[in-house]
Amino acid sequence: MRDTPLSFAERIGWGALGLAVLLGTWTLLTASGLVPRPFLPTPLDVLDRMIELMSAPFAGATLPQHLASSFERYAYGVLLAALIGVPLGLLMGWFRWLDDIVTPLFDGLRFIAPIAWVPFAALWFGTGIGGPVLIIFAGAFPPCLINAYRGARFVEPRLIEAARMLGTGNLRIILEILLPAATPSIVAGLRVAAGLGWQSLVGAELIVAAAGVGFMMVQAQANVATPTVMAGMVAIGIVGMVIDVALRQGEAWLRRRRGLEA
Amino acid sequence: MGSIRFDKVDKVFGPLTGGVKALDSIDLEIAEKEFVAIVGPSGCGKTTCLRMVAGFEAPSAGVVSVNGKKVTAPGPDRAVVFQQFALFPWKTVRENIDLGLRNKGLAKSERDERIASALRLMNLESHADAFPHQLSGGMQQRVAIARAYVLDPEVLLMDEPFGALDAQTRVVMQEELVRLARVNPRTVLFITHAVEEAVYLADRVAVMTRRPGRIKEILDIRSVREAENWDRHQKIEDVMDLESFVHLRTQIWKSLREEKGPLGV
Repeated sequence: MRDTPLSFAERIGWGALGLAVLLGTWTLLTASGLVPRPFLPTPLDVLDRMIELMSAPFAGATLPQHLASSFERYAYGVLLAALIGVPLGLLMGWFRWLDDIVTPLFDGLRFIAPIAWVPFAALWFGTGIGGPVLIIFAGAFPPCLINAYRGARFVEPRLIEAARMLGTGNLRIILEILLPAATPSIVAGLRVAAGLGWQSLVGAELIVAAAGVGFMMVQAQANVATPTVMAGMVAIGIVGMVIDVALRQGEAWLRRRRGLEA
Repeated sequence: MGSIRFDKVDKVFGPLTGGVKALDSIDLEIAEKEFVAIVGPSGCGKTTCLRMVAGFEAPSAGVVSVNGKKVTAPGPDRAVVFQQFALFPWKTVRENIDLGLRNKGLAKSERDERIASALRLMNLESHADAFPHQLSGGMQQRVAIARAYVLDPEVLLMDEPFGALDAQTRVVMQEELVRLARVNPRTVLFITHAVEEAVYLADRVAVMTRRPGRIKEILDIRSVREAENWDRHQKIEDVMDLESFVHLRTQIWKSLREEKGPLGV
């Protein structure tokens, strides 16, 4: 069945059907009185609340302002993860001794979930920006490192041999052979990192931040403002999707530029 | 400058006892500017011989030396042309050729000059800014040869360089290589399983046995080529028609045939 192609309209149609079933069931649950409305507001309630939050502040800021402050932390965390993880991964892929130093440490550390860093981050950084950045970093770092490392390790051996017989030194091999050869893997890793970072962000903000979507949701929870909590969830989902679509576009552009795809 | 010497070279893959013995006591001397081809059944270790001169693999016993110096690592004095070209896909033709020159630390003006002359030599001038994937296989192999030649290496190592090309392109490249060898003679170690190719190109042809590979016999082609004046013919097919060529080819064929396995493969 997978081999029968669907037209664009058909695919949109099926997607819309899925959304309609979800929203329909949700509305039905609330409207029928099966679930009390304070616990599960209707989709329209959530939408209303989102629109309201665009201009009306909650917990000291409007929804766009909360998002902006979340995004700032997020950008720092992911950027830091990429700036450290990618070069370290490439170096590990080339120097065996560095691989032997880092891999055992890394294999242990990466099983500490980002959320498990929260108490430590809170102790160290209080409510400053350092805490959330550390937690986001913890989420985004592993895929940056792993993908750069794998990309570098699995470069066509002939290309490395060709570079070596041309007298290419280590630095130049890393920059001009490993890096471009690993780029597809690195970009895929960055996409995963961006997703994991965004997921970790909210966990980070639930506890440490003084502004941001996560902070807004915790405040709303304390006030039993379910529509606001859900509006925050929807906003997180939408921003996450936008980030992913943007990175997909970036990846496709890069592929085209490298002439690997027509 | 540019002599190659194998001195009782063994190569075992895997553990030294219980591993697979690929090469057994290889002795071979290649003089400066000499073109030697090694032919042999597949899996006989002929490519391993080349890889040891390149410095990609170390002998398990014995010594491989170039100019009397033991080979320990790859280097630009021993340029390699690979069967699968091994061009850097993200670099243009010019950048591929330039890498080795940059590694030598040459000034931009000299690099440009040498690249231009390498491009001219291999008829690649109009493709200087193309990426490898935009070129045909034959063109890509020209780039790989240019990349090797531009370094002015003492030794040129060619590992079945035309094996991945179609028959017509292959013939053109063979003629081209003969032309190149006249303009710019080098010490060449050429690996192939195509007997005609070896006889057409080489000064001497070494025939190897099945695994574990040994040098079975070495035929002197050059003396025949000069005596029979093969070079008066421009085209490869005319040379291949000469009685002296056919005779040598048949001799090598027979020698190789004896090396086939029980199933004839």
